[in-house]
Amino acid sequence: MPVIPINYYIFLSLALFTIGIVGVLTRRNAIIIFMCIELMLNAVNVLLVAFSKMHHVAAFALDRATTAGTEAQLFVFFIMVVAAAEVTVGLAIIVMLYRNIHSVDINFLNRLKH
Amino acid sequence: MSKYVFLIPLLPLVGFLINGLGRNFLSRMLVNIVGCGVLIASFVISLLVFREVSAPGFTAWSIHYFDFIKAGGLDIKASFLVDQLSALFLLVITGIGSLIHIYSTAYMHEEATPHYARYFAYLNLFVFSMLLLVLGSNFVVMFVGWEGVGLCSYLLIGYWFGNASYNNAAKKAFVMNRIGDLGFLLAIFWMLSQFGSIAYADVFAKASTAPVAVLTGITILLFVGAMGKSAQIPLYTWLPDAMAGPTPVSALIHAATMVTAGIYMIARSNVLFTLAPISQNLISIIGISTALLAATIALKQNDIKKVLAYSTVSQLGLMFLALGVGAYTAGVFHVMTHAFFKALLFLGAGSVIHAMHHEQDIMKMGGLRKKLPITHITFLIGCLAIAGIPPFAGFFSKDEILLAALGKSPILYALGIMTSLMTAFYMFRLYFLTFSGNFRGTHEQAHHLHESPIAMTFPLMVLALLSVVGGWVGIPALFAEDAHLLASFLSPVVISQAAEGHHLSHSLEWTLMGILLTFILIAIVFTSRLFGKQFKGENTTEGFPGFLANKWYVDELYEAIVVKPINWISSFLSRVVDNKLIDGVVNGVGKGVQFSARQLRLLQSGQVGSYILIMMIAIILFFIFQLFWKL
Repeated sequence: MPVIPINYYIFLSLALFTIGIVGVLTRRNAIIIFMCIELMLNAVNVLLVAFSKMHHVAAFALDRATTAGTEAQLFVFFIMVVAAAEVTVGLAIIVMLYRNIHSVDINFLNRLKH
Repeated sequence: MSKYVFLIPLLPLVGFLINGLGRNFLSRMLVNIVGCGVLIASFVISLLVFREVSAPGFTAWSIHYFDFIKAGGLDIKASFLVDQLSALFLLVITGIGSLIHIYSTAYMHEEATPHYARYFAYLNLFVFSMLLLVLGSNFVVMFVGWEGVGLCSYLLIGYWFGNASYNNAAKKAFVMNRIGDLGFLLAIFWMLSQFGSIAYADVFAKASTAPVAVLTGITILLFVGAMGKSAQIPLYTWLPDAMAGPTPVSALIHAATMVTAGIYMIARSNVLFTLAPISQNLISIIGISTALLAATIALKQNDIKKVLAYSTVSQLGLMFLALGVGAYTAGVFHVMTHAFFKALLFLGAGSVIHAMHHEQDIMKMGGLRKKLPITHITFLIGCLAIAGIPPFAGFFSKDEILLAALGKSPILYALGIMTSLMTAFYMFRLYFLTFSGNFRGTHEQAHHLHESPIAMTFPLMVLALLSVVGGWVGIPALFAEDAHLLASFLSPVVISQAAEGHHLSHSLEWTLMGILLTFILIAIVFTSRLFGKQFKGENTTEGFPGFLANKWYVDELYEAIVVKPINWISSFLSRVVDNKLIDGVVNGVGKGVQFSARQLRLLQSGQVGSYILIMMIAIILFFIFQLFWKL
């Protein structure tokens, strides 16, 4: 099976991350922004897994007993867990927000400023 | 007795604190008791100390109290040195100080009580500083006292601070003294770096190891200090202006004690000066020029205190002449006798001014002989003493100075004789204008003329007695062998330079003395003709007399070459450098901060989106930076 070169992963991750950033910066809908944040987190996850696999394959060729490079995959799980927790809190906030102002437009949120 | 030496300066300090702090609630009687009592107590202790010092086999006491400054190799002790020289000054200061304190109780009695107490507090503080000056066993303690007396002089000249011209006189005195003090301070630093110590004992012991150039530098700087304090050319103009203070202050500070601090300092460091002949020559030249210049000015002054002030400057010049020719004993001797008769003359003048209701112009006096008998007699004794008529005190000391000057150079002697003649002339001009002839003041003044109270006449009588007998401690070898008690008394402290060099034959001394006396007597008779009963008024406006009456225009000269340029530079600095440059920098910094803050404020918009955008851009920039410029 031909191995996909690491560049592709990097570009994919970069594309996803950029989409996330641009989404966060330009959109006003809180749900969309939330999704974009998730997108960025997952772009990082993709990258972590890709690098992890790359390192592991390289190390595995030398020593079959090694676990080198697999730690990054642990991080991915952590990130997923944290993201899941964040989603619960974040969605709860958005729900409360909607209940109060009947909108999820973040521009309403700058009232703290005044 | 050495255990109690600290009390001598401490008592006046205590008096200063009591009177100074309690001036608003102490009664006048209490102020008198404290003010005079501490001085008299100091005087008694000084007398006891003097008795021990004058005992045979006495060795100088060096009394250590505490370390004043101790840092690395620098070790300055607060310690006193009691030897013949300081014991003599102690007596003069506390003795005359006590008399003047007593005198002041009557002279100043018109003052309101708080000011009266303030006056006594200042006087006590002055005596404290002066005692510190003469008691210190190193130059730093002396300098502390030196500054203290300068401060008190300033405070007392400006005692009537409501009068702007008095304040200016006080400032002038202070500034002039500062110029001299700078010289003294530099000399102290130089001595410290040269000898590694400023204690008299160390400095004098090591003096001969230092190169002559260094010693000359140090001694000239010391002399600059003495110039300021003792009113020598070019720093003498403050002393006549200092007459703005109350008359007893003029007597104590500006005639008897403070202005002789410079002479004390040079006599104290006579070891250094003896090793620096160039400085000695400079001192004698400055001394004799000051003596002459001030004497000529005194000829045409009409203010009774101004005449005495210029006379003081002139006599101080003679003392410096003595120091310059190496006759340190003669210099100190003249300090002592001068303290007696000049204090007497000033207090007598004070008594006259008191009787005349603060009129100081001698042209408006005259004929006071009958109204003020005690003042008249004592003043006459003072005049005779200062003119150098035997057997009054001034004769012996002045004669000794003149002979010492003759040993050095006949020119100095001739100029000294001229000064003496002028001294006789202006003093008797003052005497005749004040006490003989007809009264020239207003009727009201004539009506109120009165002899001063006992508190004022008593010091006059004591000082008159001292002015008569004070010179007898220094009877020259001419009259009796080994009768010069003062010289043998001071011999452990003072190098007798003149004695080694020149010995005049006795017949020559007799002749010179006789000629001088004849001249002085002629001068007095001449003066009595001019200013006695037939006084017609004199020219003080035109030609040379006018030039003298205007004090050689020295004040105007200083005004033009020093004061005006400094004022101009100050106003330039204030207008341009301070207002434009420094304020510009300060305001510019403020404005710059405000401007940048206004611009930076726009960044903090409160919109999270823009923050994130900036963050992203920054992170991307960091990455690019990392990528292309490998750190």
